[in-house]
Amino acid sequence: MYGRKVKLRILFLIVLLSSIILTIFLVLKSLEENVVYFLSPTEVKNLNELTQDKIRIGGMVKKDSININSDKINFIITDFNNEINVVYSGLIPNLFQESKGVVAEGFLKDKNYFNAEKILAKHDENYMPPNIKEQIGEK
Amino acid sequence: MKFFNQNNLFNLSFRSQKIILIFFLLILSIGLFEALVLSPEDYLQGHAVRIMYVHVPSAWISLGIFSLIALLSVLVFIFKNKNFILIAKSLAPSGFIFNIIALVTGSIWGKPTWGTWWAWDARITSMLILALFYLMYLIAWRMFENKNYVLKVTSLIAIFGVINVPIVKFSVDWWSTLHQASSVNLISKSTIHPSMLIPLSIMTAAFVLFSLLIFLMKYNTELIKIKNKGLDRL
Repeated sequence: MYGRKVKLRILFLIVLLSSIILTIFLVLKSLEENVVYFLSPTEVKNLNELTQDKIRIGGMVKKDSININSDKINFIITDFNNEINVVYSGLIPNLFQESKGVVAEGFLKDKNYFNAEKILAKHDENYMPPNIKEQIGEK
Repeated sequence: MKFFNQNNLFNLSFRSQKIILIFFLLILSIGLFEALVLSPEDYLQGHAVRIMYVHVPSAWISLGIFSLIALLSVLVFIFKNKNFILIAKSLAPSGFIFNIIALVTGSIWGKPTWGTWWAWDARITSMLILALFYLMYLIAWRMFENKNYVLKVTSLIAIFGVINVPIVKFSVDWWSTLHQASSVNLISKSTIHPSMLIPLSIMTAAFVLFSLLIFLMKYNTELIKIKNKGLDRL
């Protein structure tokens, strides 16, 4: 039906694509811990040894856990299985709120205590007008 | 088959431009009015949500156009179809522009909401890689004089690059990223309120028309170049 050259080109593309996809898959798989932007508190708990490097921890800001005294702010990041205490001083983003997503960048003091240097708010995928939010809140 | 000769294509793409321009301006103004005036502000982000009406359609279109270029490139690579080459080549500029728009508007949105202009998370980095592939594709077209060579190089760049498209799409599901997961889902329930989905859809339609318009302009130029063989560089 098709010429020999056409068949060869199809074969070439299939072999080329499968080899690249496989390579990329393996590379991403082995780099997994660098591809993720942050660790969850559970993943921090499961770390074999305390890392000295700068890391990011992400999760929810636990309800009623934000504590501001003078220039320091304390709060708890939770993934609803494990928690980690965060201490931070500096600017906080507008969307930093209780029960909302947060990513903290800094150093682990121990497995329950995190010294943050930077706080980022993580917005979730929910978009709605304020009055709808109130209705949902009332339910 | 006679319909697809280049004179007919030229006439068609030339005449349709005006109609598409009118439709584009009409839908864009409705879309902007919906997005900037009629749609509500977000319960959390406030007015920053309006950036989304530019950001999300741009990102969709840049991904869509790249996939289209890659599909055409596969056909070009295998069957050496001359028309598909020109279509793929003419699609690239608008895809690249929308890719840049998505990156820039994302950055502008990120500062007030996340608290940072840029983050090296999987979604944003893979989107940057997509922009680099667009750039490579566009440069490759200008770099090589030899027609057979340029055809192979550009098609292979597009075919290589399309592997990145599913990575962009699913990066937010596969890894933890700062970027939020998709709000508009075809299969499961969308997590965006209908009052915000309407302007988003209209703006998407407007941007699709705009990229179609730019595509037709580029495509016309390519056809003119072929008509005047002296200028033909493919």
